[in-house]
Amino acid sequence: MAEVACPMAGVVAEVKVQPGDSIEPGQELLILESMKMMIPFQSETNGVVKEVKVNVGDFVNEGDVVLIVE
Amino acid sequence: MFDKVLIANRGEIAVRVIRACQKLGVKTVAVYSDADKEALHVQMADESYHIGPPPVAQSYLNMEKIIQVALESGAQAIHPGYGLLAENAAFARKCQEKGLVFIGPNPEPIEAMGFKVKARQIMQAAGVPIVPGNVEEALDLEQTKGFAQEIGYPVMVKASAGGGGIGMQIARNEKELEQAFKMCETRAKAYFGNPSLYLERYIEEPRHIEIQVLADNTGHTIYLNERECSIQRRHQKVIEEAPSTFVDQEMRQKMGTAAVKAARAIGYNNAGTVEFLVDPEKHFYFLEMNTRIQVEHPVTEMTTGVDLVEWQLRIASGEPLTLKQEEIGINGHAIECRIYAEDPDKNFMPSPGKITKWQVPELEGFRADVGVYEGYTVSPYYDPLLAKFISWGKNRDQAIDRMIQALESTVVDGIKTNVSFHITALKSKLFRGGRTTTNFIDQLKKEE
Repeated sequence: MAEVACPMAGVVAEVKVQPGDSIEPGQELLILESMKMMIPFQSETNGVVKEVKVNVGDFVNEGDVVLIVE
Repeated sequence: MFDKVLIANRGEIAVRVIRACQKLGVKTVAVYSDADKEALHVQMADESYHIGPPPVAQSYLNMEKIIQVALESGAQAIHPGYGLLAENAAFARKCQEKGLVFIGPNPEPIEAMGFKVKARQIMQAAGVPIVPGNVEEALDLEQTKGFAQEIGYPVMVKASAGGGGIGMQIARNEKELEQAFKMCETRAKAYFGNPSLYLERYIEEPRHIEIQVLADNTGHTIYLNERECSIQRRHQKVIEEAPSTFVDQEMRQKMGTAAVKAARAIGYNNAGTVEFLVDPEKHFYFLEMNTRIQVEHPVTEMTTGVDLVEWQLRIASGEPLTLKQEEIGINGHAIECRIYAEDPDKNFMPSPGKITKWQVPELEGFRADVGVYEGYTVSPYYDPLLAKFISWGKNRDQAIDRMIQALESTVVDGIKTNVSFHITALKSKLFRGGRTTTNFIDQLKKEE
C-alpha cells in the first residue's frame, strides 16, 4: 500500500478517480486549483485506488495524503 | 480630497494605493479574508476589517459586505485596484447609490467596454481603427464562413462577451473554422452565458501596445504615451516597458490621439488604458479598453513623472486634471518585471508557501512595488504576483542593466519565483534587440 501525497497547496477542483480504479503513470488523479490556475496532478505509479481521502472543495497542503493506492 | 478611502483589494496594488493615500494625507481602510490576516496591506492601513473566508466570491467580490464596511468605517470612497471588482459596473453603481465614490470611471463607460462587439461598434463609429472583421454578433456558421471568405484567412473567432483569452480560436481554413466555431460557441456559452461570436482577421506576430489615458470629470483627456506589453505567458503579461522600441514619435502621436478619441467616445473619466494590437507594418487596431489602473502603470510613472494613482484619487475627489498634453514628455526608459510565485523550470507552475527569505535590493533607478515580506505565507487562493520590479535608465540599455543587477541581487527562499526567468530573458539578444513580440517566450526557448 502506498500513500500518494499532494505536490502543492491548493483547492481540490476535481477528483478524477474512485476506489477500485486501476491507475497508471501519467494518469490524472486530481485537478487542483492553485493561484487561479487549474493544475492536473498525475500519477507516478501503477496501482489500484483503495481510498480517496479528499473531496471537491477541500483545501490541501503540500504533502497531504490524498489517495491510498495498492 | 477625501478624508478616508477603503481599498477593496489585496497584495501589491492594495499597498500601492495605501502609499498614494498616505502621500495625500488620506486615511486608509483595508479589507481582508481569513487567508490574508497577516498580509502587508492589512498591516499598512490605518484600519482593517475582516470580510469573509478565503475564496474571493465570499470575500473580495462580496459587494454588499465591502460597501457595508466602507459605510461603517466612514470611508467616502472605494479604490478597487485592478481585477476583482475593478471593472464591475454593478459595483460602481452600488457605490454611487450608497453615496460612496468609486475611484474609477462611471458605470456607463465600464459597461460600454465590457461587451466586445459593442465596444467595436462604438470605436468604429468614433473613427478609431479596429481589427478588420465584423461588428455584428450572433452569426451562424454559414454567415461566419461567408465573412471569413471576405476578410481572408487566417481569422480569429472570438466570443462577443469574452475576455482574458477565453473563447478565442484561430482558423486558417474553412475546415478549421467549422471546428473553431463549435468550440468557441460552447465555451462562450459556458463562461459568459452568451454563445454569440464574432470574427476578426488574425494578425500575425502581433505586439500588444497600450496607451495610458487620464480624464477628469469634465472630459479633459490626455494620453501618457505607450507601454509595450508583448511578453506574455498564458495570455498574462510578464515583462512590460515604456517607451516601446517599435513606436516612433509620429506613431505615438497617432496612437495617443486614437486613445483619447476612444476615451471621449464613451465619456470616460479617471485613469484608463486603451490596448492596441500592432502588426509588423505598424498598423494599429483597437483591442479593448481597461477601465481601471493597470498592473504595469509604474513604467509610465517612471518615464513621465506623473503619479497615476495620486491622479486617480484627485480626479475621483472632483479635482480638475491640471496636466496638459504638451507637458507630457518621455524621460528615459523603464522596464517592469512581474515577480510571480511560480517555477520557471516546471512550466511556470504555481509555488505557494512560506517565504523564508526575502531580500530585495535598494538601487539607484530601481523601484520595487511589493505585496509580501519575509516570513509571510503566500496563499494558494490568489494570483501569484508577489511584487513588481521597475527599473529606470536614461536609455533602454541602462534600464536593462539596472534590472539585471537588481534581479541578481534578489534572494527569495522558501518558494520558487520567476526571478531566474527574468534574468535569462533580459540577458538574451532577443530582448536587448527589442524583438519583443507575443511569441517571445517560445523564441527565447529556441535560441537558448
